[in-house]
Amino acid sequence: MASHHFDHVDRSGSVSGPPSAGDYIFDRGFRGVAWLSAVFILALVVYIVIEIGGKALPAFSEYGFGFLTSTTWNVQTGQFGILPEIWGTLYSSLLALIIGGVFGVAIAIFLTQDFLHGHLAAVFRTIIELLAAIPSVVYGLWGIYVLIPLLRPVANWLHGEFGFVPFFGTSLSGPGLGPAALVLAIMILPTVASISVDALHQVPYKVKEAAYGMGTTRWEAILKVMLPTAGSGILAALVLGFGRALGETMALAMLIGNSNQISLSLFSPANTLAALLASSFPEAGPVEVRALMYAALVLLAITLIVNAIGLAVMKFATRKFEAER
Amino acid sequence: MNATAEMTAAGAASASAPTGAIVMNCQIDKVFYGDFLAVRASTVPIEKNKITGFIGPSGCGKSTVLRSLNRMNDLIPIFRFEGKVTYHGQDIYDRKVDPVVVRRYIGMVFQQPNPFAMSIYDNVAFGLRLNGFKGNLDERVEKALKGAACWNEVKDKLKNSGLSLSGGQQQRLCIARAIATEPDVLLMDEPCSALDPIATRRVEELMLELKEKYTIALVTHNMQQATRVADTTAFFGVDISQGSRTGYLVEMGPTRQIFEDPQEKLTGEYVRGEFS
Repeated sequence: MASHHFDHVDRSGSVSGPPSAGDYIFDRGFRGVAWLSAVFILALVVYIVIEIGGKALPAFSEYGFGFLTSTTWNVQTGQFGILPEIWGTLYSSLLALIIGGVFGVAIAIFLTQDFLHGHLAAVFRTIIELLAAIPSVVYGLWGIYVLIPLLRPVANWLHGEFGFVPFFGTSLSGPGLGPAALVLAIMILPTVASISVDALHQVPYKVKEAAYGMGTTRWEAILKVMLPTAGSGILAALVLGFGRALGETMALAMLIGNSNQISLSLFSPANTLAALLASSFPEAGPVEVRALMYAALVLLAITLIVNAIGLAVMKFATRKFEAER
Repeated sequence: MNATAEMTAAGAASASAPTGAIVMNCQIDKVFYGDFLAVRASTVPIEKNKITGFIGPSGCGKSTVLRSLNRMNDLIPIFRFEGKVTYHGQDIYDRKVDPVVVRRYIGMVFQQPNPFAMSIYDNVAFGLRLNGFKGNLDERVEKALKGAACWNEVKDKLKNSGLSLSGGQQQRLCIARAIATEPDVLLMDEPCSALDPIATRRVEELMLELKEKYTIALVTHNMQQATRVADTTAFFGVDISQGSRTGYLVEMGPTRQIFEDPQEKLTGEYVRGEFS
């Protein structure tokens, strides 16, 4: 606490005075709690990594890095490998990112660039954000009972007509990568859209004026000025969306087919790390649990790496062109 | 503000006959923001290769009038313009006229420097690319930056962000961006209000050079600036007699006349600093 209060200055007749002791105590208290919380979160992350790492260690010493490249998961023979799951996780999340990213950013443009009256835009934004309130398991059920039956004729027609294209290389018999990725795309849509909306809202009005003042059409202003200016924020939206897609569990476990195979086909069943963990844990014996812990560690590493790359890219993009404000 | 109230009887605009060729003629009948009448009957001719200064107290509609000249106000949904702005004889508010086209011929420099979050080079090249310029881009960028008197300061860092420059440099960059496409008319909305005196002086010198090639309309809060650079000055006042604040053109004429021998009492009071 600042000790010098200018007590020697004659303040009679003035209402000016130092902040009260309470003000100082509150400030210090708040700072203390904030620091403590920050340290706690850091410690929690470290603890989780250590804990999972420790549990995964036996499996790691047993299977080594072969675990990452092997494609069998056989409890009876004790052979474990998660290459199909890594593939499924990245492939489904990437598809979801492409679909959800395109639609999410398009929605953000639609909601912020004067296509709609302000009130209507707010209503639409709320509706999009409500998508995030739908439980994962409901998305899964909707996928099974609505989306898959809806997709099957289309998918099988595509397979029949364009089967030579690797993406349509198999028919869709039930659950599969395509429906899973579509549901995943819808699930990350609110994240991508609402963060992108915020990013576009943060572009100062004077920048928009500058664009229109140069004689841009609306789309030239959006594509050449607004999106690049909001670029780092939109990138953040995509990174967060991708992160969410990587870790999404329930809906995927229900929709992806839990099948150990690597295929480019959108209609083939597949598996993801999160779905593998969710579906195998309940009945796993001690040997399998160790392998699952290893898989969990890999999932954790993938999400951490993706987020770190995302942050680095954002930082690079920000440093390059957004100056001190 | 009492002086403004006195002036309500002054009536319609009185512009003395311009001597040069008129590039734009702004004949405002009424300008509304929603139900609010912002500017009433005013006629403001803009002469070729001259600087026309708009002065007046806050809320007199000088910026609104300026922004009506390239339809920038169209960005505001509740804006409504009644009247005519002819540009080389064509009414730019005609239904058949695309405001985007208008803004490509009538460039604008804003109050706050507003470079894009891209490199200095790309900022200047922006309009050239927009217009599908196929020639030597480097040459035109250099020419525009030289024209805006900032080439020497930025020539070694063209790849740096436009936002990394100081305020005065940013504003000159914005001027370079505006003149790169060689528009016909340049609208400047208080371009020096965010700048320090030295940067202001440089931009003023620049305006005097630019008027050789372009026609400039300049809104300024700074009466000294008007006397320093404007050939013609338009003085706008605020009419508060109807219970709201409506701007209108009080008087327009050669700058020397407006400041030394104004025809209207209100103009005299304003230029002598008796109200603001």
